[in-house]
Parts: sequence; structure tokens; C-alpha cells
Amino acid sequence: MSAETKTPVKKERRSAGEVLKRMTRHQLFIPVAALVLLVLFNLIADPSFFAVSLKQNSLGNPVLSGNIISVLDNASELVLLAIGMTLVTASSGGQDISVGAAMAIAGSVIIRLVCGGQVSVDTMQTSLILAVLAGILVSMIFGAFNGVLVAYFKIQPMVATLILFTAGRSIAAWINNNQLPIVNDQVFKYAGTFIPGIPVPTPVFITIFVIVLFWLALRFTNLGLYTQSVGINANASRLNGLDPKMIKLLTYVILGACVAVAGFIRVSRSGSINYSRIAENIEMDAILAVALGGNALGGGKFNIYGSILGAYVIQFLTTTLYKYNVPSTALPAYKAVVIILLVVLSAPVVREKMSHIGKSSKRAKEVA
Amino acid sequence: MKKILALVLALAMVLSLGAIAFADGDLITVGVINNDPNESGYRTANDAAMRAMFCEENGYDATFYNNNDAAQQIATAQQMIQDEVDYLLLSPASTTGWDTVLQDAQAAGTQVILFDRMLEADESMYVAAVVSDMPAEGETAVTWLADQGLDEYNIIHIQGHMGSDAQVGRTGALDAKVEAEDNWNYVTQQTADWNEETARTIVQSVIDSGDSFNVIYAENNGMARGAVAALDANGITHGKDGDVIVIGFDSDVWAMQAVLDGEWNYMGLCNPMQADKVDQIIKDLEAGTQPAEKVIYSDEPGFDCETITEEDVATYGTGVQEEAPAEEAPADDAAAEEAAE
Amino acid sequence: MQEGAVLQLRGISKFFPGVKALQNVDFTLRAGEVHALMGENGAGKSTLIKCLTGVYPKDEGEIYMEGHEGPVTIRSPQDAQNIGISTVYQEITLCPNLTVAENMYIGRTKGSLTRWKQMNKGAGKILQELGIPASPGQQLSSCSIAVQQMVAIARAVDMECKVLILDEPTSSLDESEVAKLFKLMRDLKARGVGIIFVTHFLDQVYEISDRITVLRDGQLVGEYVIEDMPRVRLVSKMLGKELGDISDIKKASDKAADMSSVPVLETEQLASAAGIKPFDFSIHKGEVNGFTGLLGSGRSECVRAIFGADRVTGGTVKMNGESVKIRKPLDAMKCGVGYLPEDRKVDGIIGELSVRDNIILALQVMKGFFKPFSRAQAEAFADEYIKKLEIKTASSDTPINSLSGGNQQKCIVARWLLTDPVYLILDEPTRGIDVGTKTEIQKLVLQLAGEGKSVTFISSETDEMLNTCSRLIVMRDRKVVGELKGADLNQDMIMSTIAGGDNK
Repeated sequence: MSAETKTPVKKERRSAGEVLKRMTRHQLFIPVAALVLLVLFNLIADPSFFAVSLKQNSLGNPVLSGNIISVLDNASELVLLAIGMTLVTASSGGQDISVGAAMAIAGSVIIRLVCGGQVSVDTMQTSLILAVLAGILVSMIFGAFNGVLVAYFKIQPMVATLILFTAGRSIAAWINNNQLPIVNDQVFKYAGTFIPGIPVPTPVFITIFVIVLFWLALRFTNLGLYTQSVGINANASRLNGLDPKMIKLLTYVILGACVAVAGFIRVSRSGSINYSRIAENIEMDAILAVALGGNALGGGKFNIYGSILGAYVIQFLTTTLYKYNVPSTALPAYKAVVIILLVVLSAPVVREKMSHIGKSSKRAKEVA
Repeated sequence: MKKILALVLALAMVLSLGAIAFADGDLITVGVINNDPNESGYRTANDAAMRAMFCEENGYDATFYNNNDAAQQIATAQQMIQDEVDYLLLSPASTTGWDTVLQDAQAAGTQVILFDRMLEADESMYVAAVVSDMPAEGETAVTWLADQGLDEYNIIHIQGHMGSDAQVGRTGALDAKVEAEDNWNYVTQQTADWNEETARTIVQSVIDSGDSFNVIYAENNGMARGAVAALDANGITHGKDGDVIVIGFDSDVWAMQAVLDGEWNYMGLCNPMQADKVDQIIKDLEAGTQPAEKVIYSDEPGFDCETITEEDVATYGTGVQEEAPAEEAPADDAAAEEAAE
Repeated sequence: MQEGAVLQLRGISKFFPGVKALQNVDFTLRAGEVHALMGENGAGKSTLIKCLTGVYPKDEGEIYMEGHEGPVTIRSPQDAQNIGISTVYQEITLCPNLTVAENMYIGRTKGSLTRWKQMNKGAGKILQELGIPASPGQQLSSCSIAVQQMVAIARAVDMECKVLILDEPTSSLDESEVAKLFKLMRDLKARGVGIIFVTHFLDQVYEISDRITVLRDGQLVGEYVIEDMPRVRLVSKMLGKELGDISDIKKASDKAADMSSVPVLETEQLASAAGIKPFDFSIHKGEVNGFTGLLGSGRSECVRAIFGADRVTGGTVKMNGESVKIRKPLDAMKCGVGYLPEDRKVDGIIGELSVRDNIILALQVMKGFFKPFSRAQAEAFADEYIKKLEIKTASSDTPINSLSGGNQQKCIVARWLLTDPVYLILDEPTRGIDVGTKTEIQKLVLQLAGEGKSVTFISSETDEMLNTCSRLIVMRDRKVVGELKGADLNQDMIMSTIAGGDNK
């Protein structure tokens, strides 16, 4: 019946202005535009930025190397966090600021199990899979802790997660008896570096895997519909048979799992952990990625791919700034300027104005 | 919000301190104010050593406070003075802002001994200072580097947290040398904030850009390790007979091991073990002897991969050694347990 | 400018992407008249008001104002106020935690100092003049909604407005409050203020208005003097078609309900945390019944208890004679109960989600987390009901909050029809929506009953209840006080039962 009821789509020729307007209205406009700008800037300033070369690492394995590879590699943790953060933002209208500290906890759990309580090991004491699963489990429990505070005690997400933000790194240190263990087993480092024979950094694969997982989850479950419903109107959702508290809690638990995977990649990169430095300030970048993706930080509708793009934009920007040797002390300032620009551009007010420009250019054409 | 929370925690801590102060009369009461032990391996070792030394078995009734925020440290110090501790052992998070604390201490008859870090005050305001000489550490390292006689020095300089004592000291010597010599150049000079992961990305970025370099001067061992990870990932050789000279600082045993194994070239020692010396000063003071010198610098040699010995690693390395089972390092083990509590 | 006119709009047009919201609309307001602006939801009333008050820029046309040479430009609500156009919206836009006087003067004291004494005196004078039962020093939130609305009007009047726009001011007022508001409007009229009155209530239009302008689909239908315009004609003008005869359908449905059978749903001493007294209730197959009573009498709370929307504190529910446990809405849904809540905005729509998602939501939730409908299936469902209920929307992808109130309500109705409930509760389904849709919904209710479904219908408009329900449960003070059916179903009986005429 759908065939008959559908009204025939009118094929109208769209003017340039209208196309521009459609583009600027699209949620992914800002992250895509930012990415395009960064790419253009680097193409013009120094095309060698995009050079990728095949090298051999110190273990004799072939590896790809280049700025683009670095961006894809180093953005991995941020992408994972941005995915979870998007869901949390959508359902609860707030952000989890404890993700950095929670990564420290997850990493610490994994390292502790792998080291079996020793300070330095050459071979892993526990099966890696078991250790990672334990890390994920613990991290999900901490996610649930945040989620319960937010959903059931109705504490503002930022305030609720402030608890773990403050205490998380101490908990991480406590898990390992305040030691800073080192894992020298190369297998442990596969996840954070390269698997022998595969020249692409493993974090890239892990990230793609997680993205596909979420793509499947959004397609084959009602995760998207439920979180958005709850985030937009919890009352109405409840009257439609949803359990808003449960769904909010669920998003925090999912974020917990994302955090654990990110934490695993991070500790796997070096085979060590530094509780107060690991993933420092990453929560701010994760929140920024969500915002850059065109998602309202007040919750409701979301586009997970926007956040993913946002995360890559942030990493691309960081890498570009490193490449141009921006003085270390000035680096955060440069980043801030670019970020302010991007965020202002993505503000609804500015977008409205931009679509007006599109409209007036259309008018001008009609007059002419 | 974070500050309020910190304040509440500090208050709770201070109240518990008050309770402890009444505990014992015969012991020497000391208040120890230190930085966050999780900051780095160096700090972990330093904190553990202090905790191991200042315990009841050694005749002390000690209370410990760790925070990287100077304001919190100052508040706690004042509380400790009010609780009439005999000695205030202080590793200040910032070099300024301590005038009132020092005056109050003097008025209350509390003796102040600085350890690990200096502060800006007249020498008369404290009894002694057992500290690392950061500029000297930098100087030693740069001198060593100059002795390597390279034709050209293309340096990746990875700095610590900007403005910190260690960063300023270790950067100073290198900056001066690069300024003075034509064949010394910075390929990049970036802060990694003591963060290993950031250091790795900085070096990876230089490699990606195709710039050539032959020296990595990282201001602590963690960042040096991050840098080395980037080198390894790109198959660039380093250390003894390698293409790139790797320099780190502090005292971690794994870093010294890396120097011994020839993976790194040099580690500038920053000795975290001031506890013995502080203990000795207190014992002397109790016996009526003033320390001979106000400022006592720790013995801080640099270790070269050509000359380092197993013994050096055993003597100066902190953190548990790789092969050493826990029983063979009782001091460290006890320290770890103490810290865990 | 026409003789005696204070405001004249000529050829106003406004376009939104894909929609011509207003096309070449003229409107004239004379001094000292109440001019009703009528039309279905989506006819363009609100858009016209927003163009006039500078909320939206108009795309074409001119606005003339008495005392101004040539067309005036209004770019913001501030501009509108400055030339003497004041607006009082349906939702109170004052600050509840300030005093009455502060609310009247906020944002318009000159200079940086506030002269409190003078302000309170001035406010007191106006309140007294207009007969508004509030004192200047009283906190606004302590006044009733009606008084708050009046304070908003007083504020507008004090700004020496020539044109006062009242946008659905009566929808949250009870009858006595409406009477007070009308008295105030008459006073203002006598002072020569021109009032534009936007409302859905026909009775009120005929009670207070002098003239009516009707809009339909963004176009002007005409301007009429109230005396020349019988109700039936007005309604057909608004709809653009003749009304079907509802009472005929009703007679048919009366027969459909078999009252001797086992009730579809039966409650015994049901009580909820919302504070209603335990009540008994039953409904049979094919029956339409309703809860009636004044606002706050507990009629919504009763149906919420049945649906499990409020926490149930006691009593039993039986469906088809078998006892069921309904602890939460999902339980009720699984038993085949649907519930259209009273407050569409707060409890009904999921604002930013598409019409499609809003329609399939309830059925989707019943189906389960791991079994989402395919896009095609969801689209088919949405299209089916968009067609069936004639929902006016650009596509099923349009966010529901960009639809007019009536069409939003139809989406919610569609949501529940899609779940194919055996028992459907409609709590105020016709509130705040246009006459045409109201009639359609009433017809739909009867049609559903004809198909053998049971419906509970609640409305503040007794007429609607009488049109549709074969049995009415009367409530007073959160208690069921009577049940009316058959010959007793008339306005007088309802009134006397609500008032407590049957009490000794």
C-alpha cells in the first residue's frame, strides 16, 4: 500500500542557494565542513602531510606510518568515548565527566590482572581476554554507579559523575597497590600498537569494530528510538511503556563498556599506566566531539556518526597543530580558538543565519 | 564544585589529624606534606620512602597529606602547626605563598624542613632543605650530551608540566645551549605535561612530518618511554649504537635498566630518597646539633649507557626491580603497603 | 486606513520551507471592538499574530497603525509594544516569583533606579480600575492562573496599548474565571482598546466578540459581523465543508454495547498515589463512557490509575473477568489498554522525533527492544494512519512538534489505534484543537465503539461527552459521586450531580 499512498515526489531544480541551505541544515554539516577545511588547509600548506609510507618497526614488522595513520590511530580512544557519551547525553541531557578517571580504573584492572600483582612481568599472568572482560565488567559497574545516581537519584549528570571524576584515579591507584606496573609482553601491546604482519594500527580495527557494533545495535535494536524518546520526553516515554530510568542507566552502562575498551587501548599502547596522567582531560574532548557532531548537549535527538566525525576532527586538529610546531605553551590556546569557531558555527542561531544567506542568494538570482 | 569537594575532603582529613595528634607523647610528631604519589613513578617512590621512614618503629608519630594543589597544602600545613607538631616536612607544590605558614611555624616553635622541592623564602625561615638541584640535573645532562660530539644536534625536546620546578630547571640548561651553539637545533619543543601518551604522539607527529632528528630530550622517564614507543613503532633505532640518543630523568628502575640494556643513552638521576637525610637532620636536632648546611643537595649523577653498572641500578633505581621478588625488597614492600592504606 | 480602524493588515504573506503559511491575508481591527480570529489549527492564526508582533518577519504585505503615517515596520516584539500592540499568550510569560507590581513594571522602568513606592501605587491603581483581585505586593505565583493572566493583561493595558492580542487566554481557565476575564475585556473595549481574540471556544466567541475573521489554509475566508453569522455557518466556513450529523451515529452505537456481558475491564476499589478515593468502574465491549467533573475533580487520576500511570496503592483490576496486575503502563498496554494523556505536550508527544516514530512508539515498545520495525514497515504504518486520520504533515519524517496541535493529537490517537487496543482511554483528546478535528475525533470514537472496542472519553466540554458517551461517571473532590445513563444523560443532570444536588 505504501506505493499507492506515496505522493509523487516533485522533481524541482534546486538553486545553488537552496542546496547550500540544505547542506547547512544537515546535522553533519559542521563536522564534515571542519574536516574538509582541515584537509584543504593541509593540502595547500604542505601536501606531504598526507604522505603514508610503509616502514618496519623495531620488531621487524611492516607498519604504515604517516599523519593520516596517526590521526586514525590516536583518535581511537576519543571515538569510543564519544560514542558512549552521545548516548548518555541523549538519554540524560547531561555529560559524564568521569570518563578519563574511569579509563584509569579500567586500565588499572586490566594491568593488575595481567601482572598478577607483580610490578613487572615479561609474560602475562592472566589470559588477556579474561583481563579485558574483567576490565569491561568493572567499568560497566562504575558506569552503573553513575547511571543510578543520575536516573534513580535524579542528580545532575555532571554533579553525579563528579564523584568518580574526583575519586576514580585514586581507586585506579589503589587497585594496583599504588604501584606502577609494567607489562613487557609484546602480545599485550598488540591492541595498542600493531599485530605482527598487519601494517595498520590495531586501535583502528578495534574502533571500526565498535562502530560497526553500534551501527548494528542502532539498526537491530530500539536503542536509538528509546534513548531519544527518553531524552526528549521522559514522561511521555513512560506512558508509552518505556522505563526511562532503566534506559538512562543502560546508556551509562554502555558508556562504561566504551570507556573500558578505550582504557584497554590506552594501557596497551605502552604496557604501563600512570594513574594521574592517563587520559587526562579526555572527558572535555569527548564532550566536545559530541557537540561538534551537531548533537544538542541538552539531550534528545542524536547522531552518533556526527560524534564520531567530531572526534576525528579534534584529533586531526591536534595533529595539524603538532605538525606546524605550534609552541607548546600556545597549543591549547590555538586549539581553543579553532574550537570556539567550530562551536559558534554549529550554534543553531548561526546556522539559521547561514541558511538565510543561502536564501538571499537565491532571491538575488531570481531578481537577476 | 571540585574545589568545594576538595575542601570538604581536606576538612575531614584535618579533623582526623586532630584526633591523631593526641595519640602518643613519647614519639616525635611530624607532619608530612607531599605531592600526589600518583603523579609519577618518582613521586610514588618519594612518598613511599617518606612513609616508610616516618613510622612508629623509627620513633615518629607522623601524619601525611598528599595534594598537588598548593592552597590545600597550605591549609593543611596551618592545621598541623596548630596541632603543634614538632616538625613540619614540606614538599611544596608551588614555590610561593608560604610566608604565613613559615611565620606561624616559627611562632609556634614548629621546625620546618623542606624536602624535594624549594620555596621562595629567607633561609632563616626553615631549618634545612633536602632537595634536588633541577638546574644542575639539566646542566649535567646537557654537558654529557655535548660530550657525545655529534656533528649536529637535532633535538626533540619534550617538556614537563610548564612552570614546574623540574621543567624549568631541566629546560633552562638545554635552552641556553641551543641558543649558544649553531649546530644545536630544536626540531620541536613541546610540553607533554609529564604524560607518556602525549609524548608518544608528539614524536610520532615529527616522524610523520618527515623531519630528521637525532636526540630526544624528555624531561622525565615516562615521557622518554612514550617517545621510544614512537621510535619503535617506526623502526627507528635508538640507544647505544642507535640513530637517536634518548635522554630521560628521575630514578625509575625500569628506566635505569633500559640504560643498562643500551636502549636508552642517558638518565639524569633525580633522587627521591631524601627520607634518610631528613631523618638524620631531625635526629641531630633532637641531640642539639644544627645541620651544617641549610640547603643539602641530593647526590644526583647522570647515568650513561656506556658506564652504568648493575650496582648503580640496584643502588639508585626506585620501584621494584624486575627480577627481584617482593621479599628481597622489604623496605619498598612495606612502603607500598603503607601507601595502599 | 479605514475609518475607525486602529490596525490594518494588507496582503500579508508568510512562507515556510515547503509551506505557504499565509497568503495575501487582510485584517482590520477597529477601536473598541473584540475581534475574534478563527480557524482550524494550521489555518494561519498564530502565524498571523506572530507576523504582527514581530516574532516572525513577514514576507509580503503592509501593516498600518492608527497615528502612524504609512506602513509601520515591526521587527521584534519590542517594536510591536512600542507602537502600542501588546500580546498576552496562552502560557503565562511572567515571572512567578516576583510580585504582581514587579511583573507589571519589569523591563520598562526608565533609569536605573526603581521607585518601589510609586510602582506599587501605580500597579494598585490599575488593578483596582480593572477590578483584578490581586494586590501589588503579592507574589505572582500565589495568584490563580486566571488572575495571573489578568495581571499580564493589566501590564499590557498599562503600557497604553491600542491593540491587545489575547492568544487563547481561556484554555486554562474555569467558567467563573472566564467570566471575570470577559468583564475585563468589556472594560477595555469601553476604553477604546481594540482586542484580537484567538480561541477555539465557539461559546466564548459568541459571548464576547463583535466581529469574526475566519482563516483557512493560510487564506482569508472572510470577515463577518457576529449577528449575521449563525454558529453552523461559522463552523462550516472554518472547515470549508458541512458538518456531519453526529447524533445519528450515536444512536447506532448505543445498540452496539452489550451491557449484560462480562465487562472488558472492571476495577474494584482502585486507588492510586495521586490521591483519588478508591473507586469502582467497569466498561463493556463496544461501550463509550466518560468521566466528568470539574477540573481537579480526579477524572484524569482515575484513568491514570487504570493505566498504571500513577502508582497504584490498592484495589483490583479484572479484564474480561480475569484478574490482571497493572503496575506500570506497559502492563496495561499488554492487556490491550491504550491511554491518550490529558496534556499532549508534557505527556503525549516526543517533540523532536518524527511523526513516524511518534506513531509507531507504543506498538514498538510492546514488540520489544530487540525487535525494531523495519524502516519500510514503520513507514507503512505511519502512512496508513496519516491517510486514515488525515494528518496534515509534509511527510512522516517531519518532527511532530512542527505540526499544529490538532495534527499532533491525531498522531497520538494514531499511536494507540496502531496497537489495536481493546480498551482505549482518551483524556481530553479535543483540548486546544480546532473544531473540525474535534468533530473528527468524536466520530472516530463512535466508529471505534461500533467496531466493538471500548472507549473512555473525557472532555471539559460537556457537549462532546453527551454526543459520544452512553454512560457518564460523575466525580467531585476526587470521588465518584454518581453515574448517569439513558434519560439522565443531559446537561442539567450533569450539573446538578457535579454540584451535589443528590446529596441529602
